[in-house]
Amino acid sequence: MDSEGTETTTQTQDKLIQPGHTMATVTDKISSIVLTRGTTMGWVGGFAVAFALFVLLNVAMGYLFFVGVGIWGINIPVAWAFAITNFVWWIGIGHAGTLISAFLLIMHQKWRTSINRFAEAMTIFAVACAGMFPLLHMGRPWLFYYLLPYPNVMWLWPQFRSPLVWDVFAVSTYLTVSLLFWYIGLLPDLATLRDRAKKKVSQVLYGFFSLGWRGSASHWTRYETASILLAGLATPLVVSVHTVVSFDFAIALVPGWHSTIFPPYFVAGAIYSGFAMVLTLAIPLRKWYRLEDMVTVKHLDIMGKVMLATGVIVAYGYIMETFMAFYSGNGFDRYMIMNRMVGPYTYVYWTLITCNIVIPQALWWKKVRRNPLFLFLVSIVINIGMWLERFVIIVVSLHREYNPSYWGMFYPTRWDWAVLFGSMGLFLTLFYLFIRFLPMISIVEMRALVHKTEKKEEAAA
Amino acid sequence: MSSDPNSIHRKAAGPNPADAAPTAPAAPSAAGKDAPREWRSIEEYHNTPEFRAALEGEFSADAQLPDAPGRLTSSAAAQAPKPEAEETWRPRPWEAWLRDADLQQQMRLADSSSALEKAAAPSAAPQDAKDGINRRDLLKLAAVGAATAGLSACTILPTEHIVPYVRQPEEIIPGKPLFYATAMTMQGVATGLLVESHMGRPTKIEGNPEHPGSLGGTDVFLQASVLDLYDPNRSQTVLRDGRISSWQDFVAEMGNQRAALTAKGAGLRILTQTTSSPSFGAQLRKLQTQFPNAKWHQYEPCGLDSAREGSRLAFGRMVNAVYRVDQANVIVSLESDFLVSGPGHVRYTREFASRRSIEGTKQNLNRLYTAESMPTSTGAMADHRLRVRSSEIEGLARQLATAIGIALPGGTGAESANVPEKWVQAVARDLLKNRGASLVIAGEGQPPIVHALAHAMNDALQNVGKTVYYTDPVELSPVNQTESLRELVNDLNAGQVTLLMILGGNPVYDAPVDLGFQAALMKAPVRVHCGLYKDETAEWCNWHIPAAHYLESWGDGRAYDGTIGIQQPLIAPIYGGKTYQEMIATLTGDEELSNHDLVKGYWQAQGPPKGQKFEEFWEVTLYNGVMTNTALPAISVPLSHGFLQQAPTSSPAQGKELELTFRPDPTIFDGRFANNGWLQETSKPITRITWDNAVLMSPATAAEHGLNHRDYVTLRCGGREVSGGVFLAIGHVDHAVTVHLGYGRWRAPGPPHLIIGPGGTKDRQFGFNAYVLRTSTAPWIAGAPVQIENTGKKYEFAAEEHQWLIDNKGVESDDVSVNAFKRDLVQVATLEEFKRDPNFAQVPEAQETKSLSLYPNYQYTGYAWGMAIDLNKCVGCNACVVACTSENNVATVGKDQVDRGRVMHWIRIDTYFHGAVEAPEMYFEPLPCMQCENAPCEYVCPVGATTHSSEGLNDMTYNRCVGTRYCSNNCPYKVRRFNFYLYSDYTTPSLYGVRNPNVTVRSRGVMEKCTYCVQRINAAKIRSAEENRTVRDLEVLTACQQACPAGAIMFGNINDKNAHVTRWKAQSRNYVLLADLNTRPRTTYLARVRNPNPEMAG
Amino acid sequence: MPQVFHRSANLIARVSIIAVVVLIGVLTYALYQIEESAWYTNIGEARPQPVPFSHRHHVGELGIDCRYCHTSVEKSAFAGLPPTETCMSCHSQIWTNAAMLEPVRASYRDNVSISWVRVNALPQFVYFDHSIHVRMGVGCTTCHGPIASMPLTYRYGTLYMSWCLNCHRQPSKFLRPRSEVFDPYYQPPSAVHPVTYREVKYTDQLALGRQLMKDYKVYSLTDCDTCHR
Repeated sequence: MDSEGTETTTQTQDKLIQPGHTMATVTDKISSIVLTRGTTMGWVGGFAVAFALFVLLNVAMGYLFFVGVGIWGINIPVAWAFAITNFVWWIGIGHAGTLISAFLLIMHQKWRTSINRFAEAMTIFAVACAGMFPLLHMGRPWLFYYLLPYPNVMWLWPQFRSPLVWDVFAVSTYLTVSLLFWYIGLLPDLATLRDRAKKKVSQVLYGFFSLGWRGSASHWTRYETASILLAGLATPLVVSVHTVVSFDFAIALVPGWHSTIFPPYFVAGAIYSGFAMVLTLAIPLRKWYRLEDMVTVKHLDIMGKVMLATGVIVAYGYIMETFMAFYSGNGFDRYMIMNRMVGPYTYVYWTLITCNIVIPQALWWKKVRRNPLFLFLVSIVINIGMWLERFVIIVVSLHREYNPSYWGMFYPTRWDWAVLFGSMGLFLTLFYLFIRFLPMISIVEMRALVHKTEKKEEAAA
Repeated sequence: MSSDPNSIHRKAAGPNPADAAPTAPAAPSAAGKDAPREWRSIEEYHNTPEFRAALEGEFSADAQLPDAPGRLTSSAAAQAPKPEAEETWRPRPWEAWLRDADLQQQMRLADSSSALEKAAAPSAAPQDAKDGINRRDLLKLAAVGAATAGLSACTILPTEHIVPYVRQPEEIIPGKPLFYATAMTMQGVATGLLVESHMGRPTKIEGNPEHPGSLGGTDVFLQASVLDLYDPNRSQTVLRDGRISSWQDFVAEMGNQRAALTAKGAGLRILTQTTSSPSFGAQLRKLQTQFPNAKWHQYEPCGLDSAREGSRLAFGRMVNAVYRVDQANVIVSLESDFLVSGPGHVRYTREFASRRSIEGTKQNLNRLYTAESMPTSTGAMADHRLRVRSSEIEGLARQLATAIGIALPGGTGAESANVPEKWVQAVARDLLKNRGASLVIAGEGQPPIVHALAHAMNDALQNVGKTVYYTDPVELSPVNQTESLRELVNDLNAGQVTLLMILGGNPVYDAPVDLGFQAALMKAPVRVHCGLYKDETAEWCNWHIPAAHYLESWGDGRAYDGTIGIQQPLIAPIYGGKTYQEMIATLTGDEELSNHDLVKGYWQAQGPPKGQKFEEFWEVTLYNGVMTNTALPAISVPLSHGFLQQAPTSSPAQGKELELTFRPDPTIFDGRFANNGWLQETSKPITRITWDNAVLMSPATAAEHGLNHRDYVTLRCGGREVSGGVFLAIGHVDHAVTVHLGYGRWRAPGPPHLIIGPGGTKDRQFGFNAYVLRTSTAPWIAGAPVQIENTGKKYEFAAEEHQWLIDNKGVESDDVSVNAFKRDLVQVATLEEFKRDPNFAQVPEAQETKSLSLYPNYQYTGYAWGMAIDLNKCVGCNACVVACTSENNVATVGKDQVDRGRVMHWIRIDTYFHGAVEAPEMYFEPLPCMQCENAPCEYVCPVGATTHSSEGLNDMTYNRCVGTRYCSNNCPYKVRRFNFYLYSDYTTPSLYGVRNPNVTVRSRGVMEKCTYCVQRINAAKIRSAEENRTVRDLEVLTACQQACPAGAIMFGNINDKNAHVTRWKAQSRNYVLLADLNTRPRTTYLARVRNPNPEMAG
Repeated sequence: MPQVFHRSANLIARVSIIAVVVLIGVLTYALYQIEESAWYTNIGEARPQPVPFSHRHHVGELGIDCRYCHTSVEKSAFAGLPPTETCMSCHSQIWTNAAMLEPVRASYRDNVSISWVRVNALPQFVYFDHSIHVRMGVGCTTCHGPIASMPLTYRYGTLYMSWCLNCHRQPSKFLRPRSEVFDPYYQPPSAVHPVTYREVKYTDQLALGRQLMKDYKVYSLTDCDTCHR
């Protein structure tokens, strides 16, 4: 889309890193955020809010375990609602991180370098939040281990035909791999911090977690192989995890769930919401920590494009869903779609369409993509939209199913909301701790980037 | 658990020393040395002054006793539920975290511990010597339960104790249920029952196939009555002026009173409800001889006054009309709900349904015309239902009478737009076509004249002796009860009453408001009340005696046709209740005679039939529960045509003025069952309301008065007013309002297991007291038109179905039905259509999809259980729902939870409307689990808690369930129920007693559902295997099937070609719900075939 | 700048990696063993009883049939525990004033049940039926162990679901002729002492078992509803 005419103006902006950066400056800048900058009031304020929400989550969970899932608005027929909606939403958000760090690594996309670190962090925290919900939504969570295949005196195994069991494996694998990948990537930076740290305690801590990294050639070779291997492992997960999650619905025969289009359209949706979340985090970060020179407008632009692409796929999904409902001639599906559009939850459906399809169309314009504020707003809207999408799929499909005598409604209780916002609290708490104590941009990779760009300039000169 | 009447091991409980249960355990430590070691009763024990002092000090005047002995019993009582805990229970952490093994343990304790066995050994020892013991044991049991509940949370393997008998009663085989024949009396009409008893605990009510009033069927009240037995809110102690007293004191007091009675007992009055008990009658006669001037009054708010008065009008004397519904080809119901209420309705339903069965294409359908104001089950079964205001029915009756050629000099009364001439003429022709095979039935809600006209029509149609015959009334002394009560009130006001003994009933609450009963009552110096509950009347009496439940006491009563049924106790009074006979005995000076002596004594005096020894005769009678050949003989009563002369009595409500009609509540009747959770939670037919009565009106009328669904309105009538919520009843006649009696009781604590989790139901209102508007002159149709005023507030109803769907205009529920028909959930045809195409119900998809499945089909080599439900027979009476609740320990969740869509019933009666909202056809569809062969619930369960059995059941393993609720989401029929909270009541000890020991009590977070009463199936399989045979057809009856008065449910082995169920399923009307999903349900339906009058078509 | 860590840290790191892996394995195994252990299951542990009743004496030495006391074992789910009456039918004649038997006499005299401690307690959601098992040729000792040699009664089987399934999946491994069900000394057929059933000498349990399954119409019942309702 770049028009030749604006070459000169965009020249500076189109760099992935502002000129003038040397390896030293990069290292200084990033490590200083953690080591010398110290704890600012802004950070404390933000952390306080996040932690308050986290406490709310714990209260809600405590009450939930004491009294039972009855505290939520769920009922028969709507036996799943917020808990599962949140689960799918968080898992989806996770995907962008893995995509950026693993997929783009293999694709040798340079622009990933400055965002992959906190994108991965986001993934892990999101998956942590997601992982909570299957547990919370159980009637008897203290028996969760029935879902695990372990030798027992009952001679019983989980029921492997159930997608919920597949979920257990998918999500745990996902968490493990992401965690490893992230940690391996952190090693050299941890070593850097260890070496630059002044305080003994930080030296010891960073030292302990850097696993005695000395930056020897052998370390570097192992590091490279490990990253590539893990990237190779993680890449299929980008697709597989949300595919499995989508099976929870596609396998069932509920109208609005029982559909072959679910896997691709869930994955696209996941990346869609994931990138939205990355932007929601990245834009304020680069502002607060003056990182515009490393997370440049070009990054925003590219991510905007990715969102646009995935967003269009999602839109296609909606359209196909509607089309098939009528084309299939299945009365139940037809009723389901009509019910979404004009039923009791019509407002939810149309809000979702507005958030996920209408508004993101603004991303066609470069101006929007390159304007941090606009982009931020759009990303927020998409986050909301994607949550609503899951809500519509789950609740609006369930509340009027096959047997009209058991049609119902779902009204969230304050505990439903508490758990939703509480989970955000958990996410943000973890994220605040991350940006305070770990380099939110990969120093190593930035150095590499500087190196490459310098080379290019020499070549040019 | 045998369900096969033939193989039932029934016992005649006689008080022979052999089965005397062990007597008192060691006296509680608190009793101290000087306390008598074998007290005759808890009261005697309580007489020790120090205890009295302690108790008085500790509790308010109306102290409930349960916690008192709870404290007395042994050390274990320390952990016994504290009174306040029983008062308002919330799930507590440790309870929530218990492994259900621990929870079940308490339940099983109720079975294995000797406590209840002792409490229960039927009719052992003299009654009054046992009651104290039972009560205490129950509470000790509670203590143990609570103790283990606490303990087991922290021990690996809880230490269980196992307590054998000291002397084992002969007939008891530990672990095997026994069945006893007994009878329950309502409105003075007894219905024979078989009651299942586990180690002496009555747990389940079944109909007695040999009793004419039951034929094996039951209704909601009979089914739920067993819960009342164990109701912890029952009154448990003799009260004098609200303070704890004792039976001995009372007997002494009555002794003095007798002495004091002057002038041949002029000041003595007895007030009872309707009774048909001969032995009780004998006692009253004895009392009469002792005190000739004493008077006996009867009152029941929903008695049979107008029927009796009607017969007096028609025949010059009160007679009892017995119908032979199965003999009638054409039935006209003048606002009579004869299928679900009134004497003999269980029997009538069976007979009616027998004329609705279709074998292949062979049929002999009857035709039912119903004219009624509010929609009832009978109306729903009608082939032609006419919406008329109650007051217009006399006019209708008169027109009909003239149309079939009865001369009415009095004229036919005012014409009404609601009564189309065409309709009347058509019905008349149909009746005339079927002389001698037709039947006209008038409803209790109609004035006597209508009943008289009905008699006249039956007479003119030569139906007498064919479809209806007359006998002497079954009651002891048929009186106009309203008048009887009025007389009593007058005497009271005249100060002529010195001693008033109220045996049952609750007149302070339900007497006609214009009589001012309560004020009058206070004019009697000595007021004695004996009842199951410390109710509104007890509140104003200076003596209250807890009454014994019918399962605790000896008695007798006449069936709708006069057949004598003996009521034998299954358990000694749990709360030390007394029978009405024992009450009378205190006046006749027979206080030393036990309830058993009084009943048996009477029949001994009557002597056995010729050529029999009394003892044998008695044993046999007890065994059968029926005294053979005691049905009252048919009498011929000439119709006295005098009443035909008189002019119309009731003036039909004019134009648009609102008419107010009263009805007994379909589930809590006149209010006597207000404390019964099972009944409260059973949704009323058609409206599907639970826990409430409502101001019922048609959507049109509501719109006309600017009212909406759920508006909280004030009804004003004759200077009195009451407020309640508007409920839009589809099919209700316009310009009329119907209210149900029985709610708004201010002294009914409400079922204990109401208070569930946060936002329980205590804070919510349950209906309103409609008696406030009811006068003695206009008991059923309010004399004056009613004004409605909108308070602007909204009222919360908890309707089991459609609850979210009736929008303000009340039309959206129609949308539900429309979709139900679109989706072939209900298959209906008229007789003509059926004759044209017998296969009208078949859904083509069903065949197409048969072969489509990824997984290999299951092979069912042994049994293959299946069910068929005949929609042509189901009258939507809910008996199956309550039966299932009772058989399967289904929890009661309370109004709030029902409102949240969390009702737990395993079988529900879906109700659909077809046609215009004004005059819809109504259809019932009982819906248990479908037991699909391709069950969507099974493959989604991550832990395999619901699995497919080799016999085609979808097993539900509660202890394996982790509660993901995925199965429920994936169930197209939505028959699965989830324990969102700890719904099962683990804290109320007395409720352990009512539980079926063969069914796990589900804990919190567990999914549950119908499994075709698998416990019964397994019992039958074991029994047959031990007898080296296969399970016979009809050997296993599911609870719903056994309870169904219509015989609309058939269950059996579909691998057996000759089984009834197989034959049902072979019919052309047989269809499955949502066939195109290829779930292959084992539960199928036989389509409904209506039989409209061709001449009225279109 | 000095090293933050001592060089030994390298070794510790390596070792700990292996240690963690091993530990996880060990723990899992240990837990499983504990669950099976007598300490957890009470197998072989004689529970204290109000009266030190000895099956060895009554069954082993006196040779009283099981059904004399456990009367309903052939009729009901519950095998039945003897009412005090039953004890007294003998002990009103013999050992009439043995101190050991005082609780029994007291119970009979005061009409208070003896409260025994359950030895074989199933979870409350398991519905076991004695009568059918006995009828199908499952011997008393198959589940209750060498009762005739138990001075004080103890638990013989784990009563775990696996323990039940072990037989329910292959009944032929345990069945014996009905005539032998109540024989406390019954030995499964072997070359040493074969079991005669219908004039046929069996030396192999499986062969006998299969024959019995045929004759008694015994099937492997593993539906959930067989035991859980």
